[in-house]
Amino acid sequence: MPRYFTDEHEWIDVEGESATVGITDYAQEQLGDIVFVELPDVGAPLDKGGDAAVVESVKAASDVYAPITGEVTEANGALEDEPALVNSSPEEDGWFFRMTIGDTAELEGLMDGKAYKAFIDGL
Amino acid sequence: MVPFAGYEMPIQYEGITAEHLWTRSSAGLFDVSHMGQLGLVGPAGPNADGVRQAADALEALVPGDISELSEGRMRYSLLLNEAGGVLDDLIITNTGRSIALVVNGAVKWDDIAHLREHLPDEITLTHFDENALLALQGPQAADVLATLVPAACDLVFMTSAFFDWDGIPLWISRSGYTGEDGFEIAVPGEHVETLANALIANERVRPIGLGARDSLRLEAGLPLYGHDLTPKTDPVSAGLKFALSKSRRAIPEIDNETGGWMGQEPVMQAFDDGPKQRRIGLLVDGRMPAREGAEVYAGEDQVGVVTSGGFSPTLEQPIAMAYVDTQHAAKGTALEIAVRKKRLAATVSPMPFVQHKYFRGS
Repeated sequence: MPRYFTDEHEWIDVEGESATVGITDYAQEQLGDIVFVELPDVGAPLDKGGDAAVVESVKAASDVYAPITGEVTEANGALEDEPALVNSSPEEDGWFFRMTIGDTAELEGLMDGKAYKAFIDGL
Repeated sequence: MVPFAGYEMPIQYEGITAEHLWTRSSAGLFDVSHMGQLGLVGPAGPNADGVRQAADALEALVPGDISELSEGRMRYSLLLNEAGGVLDDLIITNTGRSIALVVNGAVKWDDIAHLREHLPDEITLTHFDENALLALQGPQAADVLATLVPAACDLVFMTSAFFDWDGIPLWISRSGYTGEDGFEIAVPGEHVETLANALIANERVRPIGLGARDSLRLEAGLPLYGHDLTPKTDPVSAGLKFALSKSRRAIPEIDNETGGWMGQEPVMQAFDDGPKQRRIGLLVDGRMPAREGAEVYAGEDQVGVVTSGGFSPTLEQPIAMAYVDTQHAAKGTALEIAVRKKRLAATVSPMPFVQHKYFRGS
């Protein structure tokens, strides 16, 4: 299952025609203690680069962008009760939502793990 | 680290929530050296007479009774403009050597200009910019400070004195910005690291960043200048009537030298008529914080705006301060806050949100 990354610090796992999206460990560390995650509704259309979710930390609200175009198929209900999952397990249990893949060509513009690591090392 | 008021300041060390809860349960150490430390002295010099001259002169610019402050006592007050708007909030102390002002870092240069413009030339204004300022706050603060400066623990809330610690001069007040018992310690800049290290060496003390400073003061219901107080807000709307000393409310028949203060007429007008809006606390339902700028609604009508808000680590729910029209300001009033496309239910709540624990004597 290939995992891609964006320069906005989202990760996206691709499995067949579906993708799972979350924010990276680097992102959660920058945000600090997360107290609330506003997730998109199931069925909501997402545009690549458009607003998809909002992460509220103690200090600020931050937008999470859609890494690709598609439609939301599932939101992670566990974050409703335990938003701190994004801090403790950002790249596994703290996933945000699942979506369809509107255009597989959009995946080609994303980074792989190695490229993302080089990207954050340069920040 | 973030730039703030010309300083590089830490938002957090280990994390805002952990630092916040640590301060509420043990003791937190804050570096607040960005705040302005000013001193006023009259022509008689750094003695009781010079202090009285400075106090009398300063009373033309603040609504508090300063000349009645005995040595060591301090008072929360406000610098106001002619329209009664708040230029800054500050703590004024009679140190016995001067009238000391501790002002907000972001506006300290404006404050200095304002004071210099309006105080008589014979009043000397000193900016102690070589001084650092540490705050030690929390239920363990007194026990911790007692290990270094035992006599400081005889201070009660809103009093201060000079101390000596291993030859280093300290000016310590029992005050703070968290709602907890605690101290602010002015120390020459070249010694601040030594003092901070001595305090942090105590396992009950951890360093606290700007993020928790903000969440702590919000829970304590204390306004933040530049957000909850601005030149467009007046002390009455801001709920700071207590800063208008009773002895100084009556408008003098003849201006100047008879007890008036800048902004007095519009402020006392609002005092007598009642303010159009009031600063209130809001407990927000759910977990989504409402932040500065969010509009407050009663039904379809916008009745106010949030001036600061966030997630309360102690209450584990979002809280906010807002200015709302007076008819919607009563405790228990149900209101809504617009956050993005949602409306959050909120209830007008008395402040502080978390009870103050000031030490007023045993």
